[in-house]
Amino acid sequence: MTLWGLMLVCGVLTFAIRYSFIAAEGHYRPPPWFALLLPFVPVAALTALTAPELLLVGGALDVGAGNVRLWAGLVAIVVAAIWRNTLLTIGSGFLALFLLQQL
Amino acid sequence: MSPGEAFSIGLRAVMPLLLGVAPFGVIYGVVALQSGIPALAAMAMSTIVFAGSAQFLLAQLVGAGAPFLLAAGAVGLVNLRHALYSASVAPVLARLPQRWKILLAYLLTDEAYAAAIPHLLADARGPQPSRAHWILLGSGVGLWSGWQVSTLAGVLIGSSLPADMGLDFALPLTFIAIVVPMISTRALFAAAIAAGAAAVALAALPYKLGLFLGALAGLAVGAALGRKTA
Repeated sequence: MTLWGLMLVCGVLTFAIRYSFIAAEGHYRPPPWFALLLPFVPVAALTALTAPELLLVGGALDVGAGNVRLWAGLVAIVVAAIWRNTLLTIGSGFLALFLLQQL
Repeated sequence: MSPGEAFSIGLRAVMPLLLGVAPFGVIYGVVALQSGIPALAAMAMSTIVFAGSAQFLLAQLVGAGAPFLLAAGAVGLVNLRHALYSASVAPVLARLPQRWKILLAYLLTDEAYAAAIPHLLADARGPQPSRAHWILLGSGVGLWSGWQVSTLAGVLIGSSLPADMGLDFALPLTFIAIVVPMISTRALFAAAIAAGAAAVALAALPYKLGLFLGALAGLAVGAALGRKTA
C-alpha cells in the first residue's frame, strides 16, 4: 500500500539524516572549520525555527503593533535574558499574549 | 552522577517543552484525519517518521495527492536541519555501542536536542565518565511519549476542539527560553540574528528550506566572528 510505503521511506530518510554524523563519527576527518560551526548549532537552528513564528503573519513580515505574537515574544526574550527560567519565560509570554489580545 | 539521575535530568528538561508540543501533536492528529489518512496510519506515522513539522507536511501532501518521490523528498528537506543536531551530538556519543547510537538518532528531534543541549555542555565540562547519552535518552523518551499521547488525543478527540486556542505559541516561547540564556558571547548573538533574519527572508522557499538555510547562515556568521574572538 502506497501510504505505508511512503511513511516507511520517510521514516528511513528521517532516521538516516539524524544518524548521519553520529554514525560517521570516528570514520572521517572533518575539515578544521567544521568544528568551529558546531558550537553555534543550537542557537542558529532554534532561532531560525522561532524568528518566522514571531515576525511573519500569513507569510508576510509584520512588525506592526497588531502583531501580538511579536510583542509577546519580545517580552519573553527580555524575561528569559534576565531570569533564565523556562517556565517563567513561557508564562510571561503567554500572559503578554493574552493581555495584548485584550487591547 | 548515576545513569538514572542523568536520565531524569533529560526528562525534566523536556517537560516544559511538552507544553508546546502537546497542542502541536493534537493539531497534527486532526490534520492527518482531514487529509484522509486513517487513524491507525496517522498514529503509525508518529512512531515511524516521528518528526512534527515533517508529519504535517506529509499529511498535507498525501491529502493533496502528491507524487511519492516529491512527498518523500519534501520530508527529507524539511528534516535536513536534524543533520546539524547529529553533527552537534556526534562527538559525545562517539564511544557508545551501535545500539545506543541508533536509539538516540531515532529520538533526535528539535525539542529533545534543545532540552538536552545545555545539560550536555555542562556534562562535557563536569567529571567523567560522561552521562550525556542518558541525558539525551531522558529528553528523547520524554518527548517521544508526549508526542505519541498528544497525537493519539488529536486522532481521537481533535475534531471536537476549538480551532485556535493560541497554545501553539508555547513552542516558540519554549525555544526562546532555551536560546536566550545560551547567548553569552557576541558571536552567539550575531549567529542568532543572522539565522533569524535569513530564515525570515527565505521563508517563502518551499519545504521549509528557509529554516535550514537560516541555520546555516547563523553557523557561518557565528564561526566567522567566533574565530576572531576565541
